[in-house]
Amino acid sequence: MIEIDNITKRYGDNTVVDNVSMTIAPRTVTVIVGTSGSGKTTLMRMINRLVEPTSGAIRIDGEDNRGIPGYELRRRIGYAIQGHGLFPHRTVAENIATVPGLLGWEKSRIEAKVKELLSLFQLDPAAFGPRYPHELSGGQQQRVGVARALAAEPNILLMDEPFGALDPVIRAKAQEDLLAIQKHFGTTIVLVTHDMEEAFHLADKIAVMDKGRIVQYAAPEDMLVNPATDFVETLIGVGERPFRLLSIGTVGEAAEAGTAEGEPLAAATSQRDALSSLLWSGREALPVVGADGVPLGRVTLASLARRAARPR
Amino acid sequence: MRFRIDKLGVVIAALLAYGAFLAPFANFRANRIVPGEPRAILDALPAGLGTALLIFIAIALVFVVLKTPTLLRLLLGLAALSVLAILIGLSASHLTPPENTYARVSPASGFWLTSFAFALLTADALARLRLSPFARVTLLAAAAAAVAALLMSGAWDGLSILKEYGSRAETFWLEAGRHVLLALGSLVAATLVGLPLGILCHRVETLRAGVLNVLNIIQTIPSIALFGLLIAPLGWIALNVPGAAAIGIRGIGVAPAFVALFLYSLLPVVANTVVGLAGVPRDANDAARGIGMTDRQRLFGVELPLAFPVILTGIRIVLVQNIGLATIAALIGGGGFGVFVFQGIGQTAMDLVLLGAVPTVALAFAAATVLDAATELSNSKPSRAA
Repeated sequence: MIEIDNITKRYGDNTVVDNVSMTIAPRTVTVIVGTSGSGKTTLMRMINRLVEPTSGAIRIDGEDNRGIPGYELRRRIGYAIQGHGLFPHRTVAENIATVPGLLGWEKSRIEAKVKELLSLFQLDPAAFGPRYPHELSGGQQQRVGVARALAAEPNILLMDEPFGALDPVIRAKAQEDLLAIQKHFGTTIVLVTHDMEEAFHLADKIAVMDKGRIVQYAAPEDMLVNPATDFVETLIGVGERPFRLLSIGTVGEAAEAGTAEGEPLAAATSQRDALSSLLWSGREALPVVGADGVPLGRVTLASLARRAARPR
Repeated sequence: MRFRIDKLGVVIAALLAYGAFLAPFANFRANRIVPGEPRAILDALPAGLGTALLIFIAIALVFVVLKTPTLLRLLLGLAALSVLAILIGLSASHLTPPENTYARVSPASGFWLTSFAFALLTADALARLRLSPFARVTLLAAAAAAVAALLMSGAWDGLSILKEYGSRAETFWLEAGRHVLLALGSLVAATLVGLPLGILCHRVETLRAGVLNVLNIIQTIPSIALFGLLIAPLGWIALNVPGAAAIGIRGIGVAPAFVALFLYSLLPVVANTVVGLAGVPRDANDAARGIGMTDRQRLFGVELPLAFPVILTGIRIVLVQNIGLATIAALIGGGGFGVFVFQGIGQTAMDLVLLGAVPTVALAFAAATVLDAATELSNSKPSRAA
């Protein structure tokens, strides 16, 4: 649990984060959205004290985060950024091993962890471990960046626009992977982005920031139905509302018994993408399969239309 | 079959034609300070050899003008340089009358021009072959070994420059040692001071402009003036600081030369450290902090390794610059190869000037080649280890 308590950051006369309070529940994904200059990155960087607050306090699992030196705090909190920030002079394995190395883990334990993480991110440890970051594709670099952030098994993972530099197809895949990994480790994720679509797809709770203040902090569904201000409404986009609603859930949740013809959809696909596939293929229904290819039923246009309607 | 013309080849051919057929090959002098009498190739070499050399150069001339395979051009360049090196030695024994120890034979403009032309051919071929750093250093070592073998074999003993060496063999090596000590010692001192200063300038922005400006100004002071300026303060230190004189600090001599070279070395080291550190990717730096490296771990683990190639470039500049500048140290009694240069100028004995200048140039060239190779190695993106 992260408790942010009346936190303020000023640079001279410029107030970047203005008296923000929020509580982030453990094992959830919280997405902070806002325009550039809204203070969202600064707010996140105060959690691991890359930025020291002017006033206020942040408690992690009840303990003030100023209780230990900043670098020790940061070793306990995962950190992944846009453009991955990998060390170009170190191999993939060495990059991932950085934090365990700083913590003084035994060599065998570090090696095992590096192997485990590479496999988890679908990178063959023998092939990718000895490579250098510049030899990887953008998507692979991003995965290694997240793997490095998770290497010391942190309870909390902070991510600053982690998918910003990826093209849309790879980004969708990376988002799926992140959700799977969040489930796997039960990590508390705080993610900063300016992409509303990404926020609705990933978040258990969304915090909208504007001019250093939190305008609304709510679950995605609530935010759609009851936007707190015009700013939130604009950010969501009135015309986008049904589609935002669909991006929250997966096809697996919308699947019903029955069979259908056509290219099957993976259960982890968002309902929005499923709608898109249905419309484009001109079919009323498409089959749904699990991660292992097992048929789970079908998803119909009608059921998606029902789910896209305003909740009551 | 179409023949194509090589542009640089035309320049080389022109140099060769003038150097071999019009300019004198060797200079003969009755003693070491009278003006010399120029001798063309045919006079300077035993009958058959002179003709053979002219024919060889004529063929080479055609070969370099045409677009020919690079490897063959390299081999021709190396072969021609070796032939010239051996023949100039033969010319010396051919021209010197028997039992005459006063006569001097030295290479003349023709020899230098043809050598330069073939060196150009070799350098051009080497550049086109894009040799690996290891191959370049190996080639340098081979060339050094070849020159050493020629020196040991006595093939050049008849040449005036070696006669000058013969009468000063002991001082030559003493001054060589001093020269290297001055150039390398000041470099080490400048690195020890400059590297931390550069890091400090990188971290403390307010310091950067000031420090770099001061070092820039030092760099613009002419070297002789700087030597002169240092005499007074160092003399004062020698007189007033206990123990200073005992460790060799004096107004003239090695101390001011060392200090001046050290001051000149600071700018390239500090500036390149600052530039190198500024070039470290922001992402990598932010990630390093974000995952919990201390400032110290970040400096040694991320910043310095990534800035290293740029810093090494600075050190290369300093070393080559220092080897050249150390020559002037002789003016204030600092020793080094400059001793022979200034003695030679004083006695109008050009051979003595060469005895100081040639090793200096060779040393600078070797240092540049080795450090270039090192820079390239450190700069090349590492590839898959397996």
